[in-house]
Amino acid sequence: MENVVELKNVTKKFNGFSVNNIDFKVKKGFVTGFIGANGAGKSTTIKMMMNLLKPDEGEVNLFGLDYKTHEKEIKERIGFVYDGNVFFEGLNLKDIKRIVAPAYKQWDDQLFNHYIEKFDLPLNKAMKKFSKGMQMKASLAIALSHHAELIIMDEPTAGLDPIFRRELLDLLRELMIDGSRTIFFSTHITTDLDRIADYIAFMQEGELVFNQSTEEVAENYAIVKGDLELLDSDTEKSFVNIRRASTGFEALTDNSKKVNDIFGDSVLIERATLEDIMYYLNGGINHV
Amino acid sequence: MQIIISNSSKEPIYEQITNQIKSSILSGDLKEGTPLPSIRQLAKDLQISVITTKRAYEELEKADFIYSVVGKGSFVAEQNLEVIREKKLKVIEEQLSAVITNSKEIGLSFDELSELLEFLYEE
Repeated sequence: MENVVELKNVTKKFNGFSVNNIDFKVKKGFVTGFIGANGAGKSTTIKMMMNLLKPDEGEVNLFGLDYKTHEKEIKERIGFVYDGNVFFEGLNLKDIKRIVAPAYKQWDDQLFNHYIEKFDLPLNKAMKKFSKGMQMKASLAIALSHHAELIIMDEPTAGLDPIFRRELLDLLRELMIDGSRTIFFSTHITTDLDRIADYIAFMQEGELVFNQSTEEVAENYAIVKGDLELLDSDTEKSFVNIRRASTGFEALTDNSKKVNDIFGDSVLIERATLEDIMYYLNGGINHV
Repeated sequence: MQIIISNSSKEPIYEQITNQIKSSILSGDLKEGTPLPSIRQLAKDLQISVITTKRAYEELEKADFIYSVVGKGSFVAEQNLEVIREKKLKVIEEQLSAVITNSKEIGLSFDELSELLEFLYEE
């Protein structure tokens, strides 16, 4: 499978914070969800993918090209969709189009008009008067109008109401039908990813914990509940993290098959949501 | 092709898809050679991720229920009724063995058992 983004051993150090040895690939034609707690290094990683930050070490390749030699070509092919207002507040979409369009060789006026109509966006209204959802749509319309092959979205659903979030997800699915586009999507709202993401990349404290297909995640990770007596120094090894209470334990495993072999029917094994995985892997539990 | 996905089911979504397509094929609702929707179209229609429908089709292909032609899509494969019958027979044999073991445990004679079977079969 073709990779649209490749990060090889990428490291970036700041004062008191660093992103270490990130090694991952984003596959063409799929939706990759990018999750992690605040401060895990998601934005830093996205900025390096966009060449807004240069890594101290390692390589960043997009479409198989290097920013050092092909910056303009790469940027033509990326559409960046922010959560905030990226444009000058006082401008309306007509002005913005006039400014943005000449920057892209592949700009398509017809397509722009098509999306403006489809998204029901006013051309003559100042952007600052747009709702958050409308700003997101405007940002997406512009990305789509220059035929971006890779759409990078930073927290696209944050602050949006549930109805608009669903609409946006439906729209993204529609974009994925022909298989030529790739979406890279960072979010805190992990339930959005459950039904759209094909791959999940999870960052924690500046490191990439995993990058797996959602099918692999569902197969490997599970929540296990059972009697405290079942736990001993040996059986505990099959868990990533354990929460104990006087009524029993609840734990996350990254090897649900092994847990099934060891405990069988003596425990309850449930599907782990992305939120469960984030919570347990983050060690959001008091270790006993 | 009708597929209903339950979000609260314990059965993984890809399995729900494969099972429903399988039964449509076995019941004859989906005939040999019928084109299936593309992986991406189906993902959009069911509002699920592409990787899930991909997995479902892969499983169906492995089990010889469908076949794929590069650039053309996936189609319902020819079902070998003989083989399906053979498989079903094997399952029946196993189930009957279990019945016999159970009968022996409570001392049910062969005649009593066949009487019971006859009675149930006629119903």
